[in-house]
Amino acid sequence: MNTTILLFLLQDGITNGAIYALLGLALVLVFAVTRVILIPQGEFVTYGALTYASLASGQMPGTAKLALAMGIVAFVFDLFAARKALHGRLILRTFLTNIVLPGIVLAAILYFAGQKPPVAISMALSLVIVALIGVSLYRIVFQPLAHTSVLVLLIASVGVHLALQGLGLLFFGAEGQRGPAVLSTAFTLGALRFTGQSITVYGITIAFIVGLWLFFGFTRYGKALRATAVNRLGARLAGIRTSLSGQIAFLLASVIGALSGILIVPITTLYYDSGFLIGLKGFVAAIIGGLVSYPLTAIAALFVGIVEAFSSFYASNYKEVIVFMLLIPVLLLRSLAAPAVEEEKD
Amino acid sequence: MSALLSVTDAHVSYGKVEAVRSASLEVGANEIVTIVGANGAGKTTLLSAIMGILPLKGRVAFAGQDLARLDIEDRVAMGLGLVPEHRELFVTMNVEDNLELGAFRIEKSRAKSSIERVYALFPRLKERRKQLAGTLSGGEQQMLAMGRALMGEPKLLMLDEPSLGLAPIIVADIFRIVIELRASGVSVLLVEQNAQAALKIADKAYVMELGEFVLSGKASDIAANERVAASYLGFQHEGESAL
Repeated sequence: MNTTILLFLLQDGITNGAIYALLGLALVLVFAVTRVILIPQGEFVTYGALTYASLASGQMPGTAKLALAMGIVAFVFDLFAARKALHGRLILRTFLTNIVLPGIVLAAILYFAGQKPPVAISMALSLVIVALIGVSLYRIVFQPLAHTSVLVLLIASVGVHLALQGLGLLFFGAEGQRGPAVLSTAFTLGALRFTGQSITVYGITIAFIVGLWLFFGFTRYGKALRATAVNRLGARLAGIRTSLSGQIAFLLASVIGALSGILIVPITTLYYDSGFLIGLKGFVAAIIGGLVSYPLTAIAALFVGIVEAFSSFYASNYKEVIVFMLLIPVLLLRSLAAPAVEEEKD
Repeated sequence: MSALLSVTDAHVSYGKVEAVRSASLEVGANEIVTIVGANGAGKTTLLSAIMGILPLKGRVAFAGQDLARLDIEDRVAMGLGLVPEHRELFVTMNVEDNLELGAFRIEKSRAKSSIERVYALFPRLKERRKQLAGTLSGGEQQMLAMGRALMGEPKLLMLDEPSLGLAPIIVADIFRIVIELRASGVSVLLVEQNAQAALKIADKAYVMELGEFVLSGKASDIAANERVAASYLGFQHEGESAL
């Protein structure tokens, strides 16, 4: 191997690793706050990517209708949950967020369908649609199950993943799609060629990580989310609604997922089911971080990306096997380091 | 005048086991009320149910409003606070963050003056404001748990075993602060195994045995009761049997 190939592989690995880092951070966040192992994170990626690609090619993405349909169900759930203490303000608030907002987005999509809107508008609409789906998903599926065990939440999570993947096939078909690059410029540095897209990936990943750090470290809601993750009962006794924390966690996870998809889809052709595998690699990073450590997850994600790049060069048939094999030594080491954690908990 | 907190015919169960039976109690404004009883009598269970952590059959009213349909968070917003036995702090966050989060439902401007009030009550917390809650001593953690609850500007603060496992000097400090709270207009419902100390500062007391209130009245009368003295205060009146 010469230096050029080494640098190419590193560059490729870091670009992929940056995406896995975003996804891994979202998984850690959702797990810490809600105890949900978010298997459908991959569907957020696919939905974001394919909604963006559909909009950019002038098609009408079915996800916009799904966002409205889920909003209506969430609205009914809200009304049902508050049936004994219904008041005007609550009805108006839930109506605006669950029905009016997705309605406006759907109207915008119908307006833009067939006329290939600018990249920024396609991007913004895709992010909003997936964010709406993410928040409604929490309201419909996970909020009613919030008091149940991690296992029940995991089973629900697998169910949601399968349902969303099936809907993905319905909305986007079995054909893969590619979207337009966010930035189409490119420059070379020595032997390396940096495309605008890869620079965007680095820039957005760094901006998001810094943004999350500021959010969690310095804002009231960010601290409330951390508090919920540390001690749910303590948070409730401080007046912090765990349902609100869950909604914020799902909002962030869905936006991160969709953004990752939008960043990848100009580089790789994505299919309705591609997100699952991408999400799983974020999951590998999150597991290496013990589902708790954000910095460790981000570093592990870069490592996963680099291992993937090198294994696709040396043994492309075994690329996925090698990446997922990383989990075994990590889990072994973790179980050796803390052999009695479960027993201690009970 | 109607009571600030009124519990009527409360029953609390863990599955088929009824831990609290037919309990009724009242806490008035500017009042310290204590519930004394042996370990396992159902005191903590009752507090948890009043706060909404456990389901309760019966009626609980706070400031004249029925709490049946309200979540824990709504009860906090109404001015009901609980410092649980295990404190439930945010151990990986610092003292200041813990306190600020206690004021989550309060306007930011008011939260600032609240934090100064808490620091005045517990100067130790101010010294340790950048320290992680999990690294504080037991006494400091108890102060922080009380401080966090006070940040929410409660009208009634329920304290569950605040003296448990603490050095006597810290316990005296905590009881002094409970008296100060009453003076500043906060009512306190105190569950305490250290019955002697609790009865000394309380206005009213209830004695709980096996999930039921067996005695209630003025704290001084309860303290003078022979049965209570023998069972919970560790001494017998001359010439009397234990029960």
